[in-house]
Amino acid sequence: MTRSTFLYVTYIRTTPERLWSALTHDAEFMKRYWFGTHCESDWTAGSPWRMVRPDGIVTDAGEILESDPPRRLVIRWRHQNQPEIKAEGESLCVIELEPNGAAVKLTITHSIEREPSQLITAVSGGWPKILSNLKSLLETGEVALKDAYRTECAR
Amino acid sequence: MPGQDDTDALFKALADPSRRRLLDLLHAHDGRTLTELCAHLDMTRQGVTQHLDVLEAANLLATVRRGRRKLHFLNPVPLQEIYERWIAKFEKPRLKALADLKRRLEKAHD
Repeated sequence: MTRSTFLYVTYIRTTPERLWSALTHDAEFMKRYWFGTHCESDWTAGSPWRMVRPDGIVTDAGEILESDPPRRLVIRWRHQNQPEIKAEGESLCVIELEPNGAAVKLTITHSIEREPSQLITAVSGGWPKILSNLKSLLETGEVALKDAYRTECAR
Repeated sequence: MPGQDDTDALFKALADPSRRRLLDLLHAHDGRTLTELCAHLDMTRQGVTQHLDVLEAANLLATVRRGRRKLHFLNPVPLQEIYERWIAKFEKPRLKALADLKRRLEKAHD
Protein backbone atom coordinates (compact mmCIF):
# COMPACT_ATOMS: atom_id res chain seq x y z
CA MET A 1 0.00 0.00 0.00
CA THR A 2 1.24 3.53 -0.69
CA ARG A 3 1.99 5.67 2.25
CA SER A 4 2.40 9.41 2.76
CA THR A 5 5.09 10.27 5.26
CA PHE A 6 6.60 13.45 6.55
CA LEU A 7 9.69 13.51 8.69
CA TYR A 8 10.90 16.36 10.87
CA VAL A 9 14.19 16.52 12.72
CA THR A 10 15.43 19.20 15.02
CA TYR A 11 18.23 19.40 17.60
CA ILE A 12 17.27 21.17 20.81
CA ARG A 13 19.71 22.13 23.55
CA THR A 14 17.79 20.69 26.49
CA THR A 15 17.43 17.41 28.37
CA PRO A 16 15.27 14.50 27.15
CA GLU A 17 13.18 14.80 30.33
CA ARG A 18 12.44 18.48 29.79
CA LEU A 19 11.63 17.92 26.12
CA TRP A 20 9.36 14.97 26.96
CA SER A 21 7.47 17.11 29.45
CA ALA A 22 7.14 19.93 26.88
CA LEU A 23 5.69 17.47 24.35
CA THR A 24 3.28 15.73 26.74
CA HIS A 25 1.82 16.66 30.13
CA ASP A 26 2.95 20.28 30.43
CA ALA A 27 -0.15 21.68 28.68
CA GLU A 28 0.53 25.30 29.64
CA PHE A 29 4.03 25.11 28.16
CA MET A 30 2.65 23.41 25.05
CA LYS A 31 0.16 26.25 24.48
CA ARG A 32 3.07 28.70 24.37
CA TYR A 33 4.79 27.04 21.41
CA TRP A 34 1.70 25.43 19.77
CA PHE A 35 -0.19 28.70 19.15
CA GLY A 36 -2.62 28.13 22.02
CA THR A 37 -3.36 24.49 21.18
CA HIS A 38 -2.65 21.74 23.69
CA CYS A 39 -3.01 17.98 23.90
CA GLU A 40 -4.84 16.03 26.58
CA SER A 41 -3.90 12.49 27.59
CA ASP A 42 -2.51 10.41 30.45
CA TRP A 43 0.42 9.77 28.09
CA THR A 44 0.51 6.05 28.85
CA ALA A 45 -0.01 3.26 26.29
CA GLY A 46 -3.71 2.68 25.70
CA SER A 47 -4.83 6.14 26.91
CA PRO A 48 -7.03 8.34 24.77
CA TRP A 49 -5.35 11.40 23.27
CA ARG A 50 -6.86 14.57 21.89
CA MET A 51 -5.73 17.92 20.58
CA VAL A 52 -7.71 20.95 21.71
CA ARG A 53 -7.67 24.33 20.01
CA PRO A 54 -7.82 27.58 22.06
CA ASP A 55 -11.57 27.87 21.27
CA GLY A 56 -12.13 24.42 22.83
CA ILE A 57 -12.69 22.56 19.55
CA VAL A 58 -11.10 19.11 19.40
CA THR A 59 -9.30 19.07 16.06
CA ASP A 60 -7.62 15.68 16.33
CA ALA A 61 -8.08 12.62 18.53
CA GLY A 62 -6.78 9.11 18.95
CA GLU A 63 -4.86 6.89 21.30
CA ILE A 64 -1.38 6.55 22.72
CA LEU A 65 -0.02 3.32 21.24
CA GLU A 66 3.42 3.38 22.83
CA SER A 67 4.86 5.49 25.60
CA ASP A 68 8.46 5.09 26.72
CA PRO A 69 9.43 8.32 28.52
CA PRO A 70 11.66 10.15 27.72
CA ARG A 71 12.44 8.27 24.51
CA ARG A 72 9.51 7.30 22.33
CA LEU A 73 5.84 8.16 21.94
CA VAL A 74 3.52 6.74 19.29
CA ILE A 75 0.09 8.31 18.72
CA ARG A 76 -2.74 6.89 16.60
CA TRP A 77 -4.01 10.17 15.23
CA ARG A 78 -7.23 11.00 13.42
CA HIS A 79 -8.43 14.40 12.38
CA GLN A 80 -11.90 15.29 13.73
CA ASN A 81 -12.85 18.75 12.57
CA GLN A 82 -13.05 18.65 8.77
CA PRO A 83 -15.13 15.77 7.33
CA GLU A 84 -12.97 15.22 4.23
CA ILE A 85 -9.81 14.92 6.32
CA LYS A 86 -11.53 12.82 8.98
CA ALA A 87 -12.60 10.46 6.18
CA GLU A 88 -8.94 9.71 5.46
CA GLY A 89 -8.88 7.67 8.66
CA GLU A 90 -6.05 7.08 11.07
CA SER A 91 -2.51 8.31 10.81
CA LEU A 92 0.50 7.43 12.90
CA CYS A 93 2.69 9.95 14.64
CA VAL A 94 5.99 8.65 16.03
CA ILE A 95 7.97 10.99 18.29
CA GLU A 96 11.54 9.98 19.12
CA LEU A 97 14.02 11.68 21.45
CA GLU A 98 17.72 10.81 21.38
CA PRO A 99 20.46 12.52 23.40
CA ASN A 100 23.04 14.03 21.03
CA GLY A 101 25.93 15.76 22.82
CA ALA A 102 24.56 18.77 24.69
CA ALA A 103 21.32 18.55 22.71
CA VAL A 104 18.45 16.18 22.09
CA LYS A 105 17.63 15.02 18.58
CA LEU A 106 13.86 15.16 18.16
CA THR A 107 12.42 13.19 15.23
CA ILE A 108 8.75 13.30 14.33
CA THR A 109 7.47 10.92 11.67
CA HIS A 110 3.87 11.40 10.63
CA SER A 111 2.43 8.91 8.16
CA ILE A 112 -0.83 7.65 6.75
CA GLU A 113 -1.54 4.66 4.50
CA ARG A 114 -2.71 6.68 1.52
CA GLU A 115 -1.28 9.01 -1.06
CA PRO A 116 -1.93 11.84 -1.47
CA SER A 117 -3.23 12.78 1.96
CA GLN A 118 -4.87 16.05 2.95
CA LEU A 119 -4.09 15.33 6.59
CA ILE A 120 -0.37 14.99 5.89
CA THR A 121 -0.46 18.14 3.76
CA ALA A 122 -2.22 20.00 6.59
CA VAL A 123 0.17 18.87 9.32
CA SER A 124 3.17 19.48 7.07
CA GLY A 125 2.45 23.21 7.30
CA GLY A 126 2.19 23.01 11.06
CA TRP A 127 5.00 20.79 12.32
CA PRO A 128 7.98 22.91 11.16
CA LYS A 129 6.52 26.02 12.84
CA ILE A 130 5.64 24.16 16.02
CA LEU A 131 9.06 22.50 16.27
CA SER A 132 10.88 25.71 15.52
CA ASN A 133 8.88 27.49 18.22
CA LEU A 134 9.46 24.65 20.68
CA LYS A 135 13.23 24.79 20.06
CA SER A 136 13.27 28.54 20.45
CA LEU A 137 11.18 28.45 23.65
CA LEU A 138 13.29 25.75 25.30
CA GLU A 139 16.59 27.34 24.30
CA THR A 140 15.84 31.04 24.75
CA GLY A 141 12.61 31.27 26.75
CA GLU A 142 10.86 33.00 23.84
CA VAL A 143 8.87 31.72 20.89
CA ALA A 144 9.89 32.78 17.38
CA LEU A 145 6.37 32.95 15.92
CA LYS A 146 3.34 34.11 17.84
CA ASP A 147 0.72 33.69 15.12
CA ALA A 148 -0.01 30.56 13.19
CA TYR A 149 -2.34 32.01 10.59
CA ARG A 150 -0.68 30.03 7.82
CA THR A 151 -1.13 26.80 9.76
CA GLU A 152 -4.77 27.66 10.26
CA CYS A 153 -5.17 28.33 6.55
CA ALA A 154 -3.80 24.85 5.87
CA ARG A 155 -6.39 23.32 8.18
CA MET B 1 24.55 20.80 17.05
CA PRO B 2 22.67 24.07 16.98
CA GLY B 3 24.43 27.41 16.74
CA GLN B 4 26.61 29.33 14.28
CA ASP B 5 28.20 26.16 12.90
CA ASP B 6 24.72 24.92 12.07
CA THR B 7 23.92 28.02 10.07
CA ASP B 8 27.24 27.74 8.22
CA ALA B 9 26.57 24.07 7.41
CA LEU B 10 23.06 24.93 6.25
CA PHE B 11 24.09 27.65 3.80
CA LYS B 12 27.08 25.64 2.60
CA ALA B 13 24.75 22.74 1.89
CA LEU B 14 22.38 25.01 -0.04
CA ALA B 15 25.20 26.62 -2.04
CA ASP B 16 25.44 23.81 -4.56
CA PRO B 17 23.12 23.24 -7.53
CA SER B 18 23.26 19.44 -7.31
CA ARG B 19 22.27 19.51 -3.65
CA ARG B 20 19.43 21.91 -4.37
CA ARG B 21 18.35 19.54 -7.15
CA LEU B 22 18.31 16.68 -4.63
CA LEU B 23 16.16 18.79 -2.28
CA ASP B 24 13.82 19.61 -5.20
CA LEU B 25 13.51 15.91 -6.01
CA LEU B 26 12.64 15.12 -2.40
CA HIS B 27 10.25 18.05 -2.25
CA ALA B 28 8.41 16.63 -5.27
CA HIS B 29 8.41 13.14 -3.82
CA ASP B 30 9.70 12.30 -0.38
CA GLY B 31 11.02 9.01 0.90
CA ARG B 32 13.25 8.03 -2.03
CA THR B 33 16.12 5.58 -2.06
CA LEU B 34 19.64 6.41 -3.23
CA THR B 35 19.04 4.45 -6.45
CA GLU B 36 15.87 6.42 -7.21
CA LEU B 37 17.70 9.70 -6.61
CA CYS B 38 20.67 8.65 -8.77
CA ALA B 39 18.33 8.06 -11.71
CA HIS B 40 17.61 11.81 -11.82
CA LEU B 41 21.19 13.07 -11.61
CA ASP B 42 24.03 12.78 -14.10
CA MET B 43 26.52 11.83 -11.43
CA THR B 44 28.16 8.75 -9.91
CA ARG B 45 26.50 6.94 -7.03
CA GLN B 46 29.43 7.98 -4.82
CA GLY B 47 28.96 11.61 -5.83
CA VAL B 48 25.27 11.53 -4.93
CA THR B 49 26.10 9.82 -1.61
CA GLN B 50 28.54 12.60 -0.75
CA HIS B 51 25.97 15.29 -1.49
CA LEU B 52 23.36 13.46 0.59
CA ASP B 53 25.84 13.29 3.50
CA VAL B 54 26.38 17.07 3.34
CA LEU B 55 22.60 17.63 3.33
CA GLU B 56 22.14 15.27 6.26
CA ALA B 57 24.93 16.96 8.26
CA ALA B 58 23.11 20.27 7.71
CA ASN B 59 19.89 18.60 8.95
CA LEU B 60 18.18 19.36 5.63
CA LEU B 61 17.70 15.67 5.05
CA ALA B 62 16.70 12.82 7.33
CA THR B 63 16.82 9.11 6.62
CA VAL B 64 14.72 6.19 7.77
CA ARG B 65 15.44 2.47 7.37
CA ARG B 66 12.50 0.39 6.15
CA GLY B 67 13.70 -3.18 6.00
CA ARG B 68 16.73 -3.18 3.73
CA ARG B 69 15.87 0.15 2.14
CA LYS B 70 17.16 3.50 3.33
CA LEU B 71 14.65 6.25 2.53
CA HIS B 72 15.57 9.93 2.27
CA PHE B 73 13.25 12.70 3.43
CA LEU B 74 13.46 16.46 3.11
CA ASN B 75 13.55 17.97 6.61
CA PRO B 76 11.97 21.44 6.40
CA VAL B 77 12.69 22.53 10.00
CA PRO B 78 15.98 24.41 9.30
CA LEU B 79 14.30 26.23 6.38
CA GLN B 80 11.51 27.28 8.74
CA GLU B 81 14.19 28.75 11.02
CA ILE B 82 15.58 30.80 8.11
CA TYR B 83 12.05 32.01 7.40
CA GLU B 84 11.52 33.04 11.01
CA ARG B 85 14.86 34.75 11.29
CA TRP B 86 14.59 36.99 8.26
CA ILE B 87 11.07 36.92 6.84
CA ALA B 88 8.40 36.31 9.49
CA LYS B 89 8.62 39.81 10.97
CA PHE B 90 7.60 41.29 7.60
CA GLU B 91 4.38 39.29 7.49
CA LYS B 92 2.60 41.15 10.28
CA PRO B 93 2.79 44.65 8.75
CA ARG B 94 1.47 43.16 5.49
CA LEU B 95 -1.51 41.63 7.26
CA LYS B 96 -2.14 44.89 9.08
CA ALA B 97 -1.99 46.79 5.77
CA LEU B 98 -4.60 44.44 4.30
CA ALA B 99 -6.85 44.81 7.33
CA ASP B 100 -6.54 48.62 7.15
CA LEU B 101 -7.32 48.56 3.42
CA LYS B 102 -10.42 46.43 4.00
CA ARG B 103 -11.62 48.77 6.75
CA ARG B 104 -11.08 51.86 4.56
CA LEU B 105 -12.79 50.37 1.51
CA GLU B 106 -15.75 49.13 3.50
CA LYS B 107 -16.12 52.48 5.20
CA ALA B 108 -16.07 54.27 1.81
CA HIS B 109 -18.78 51.87 0.62
CA ASP B 110 -21.20 52.81 3.45
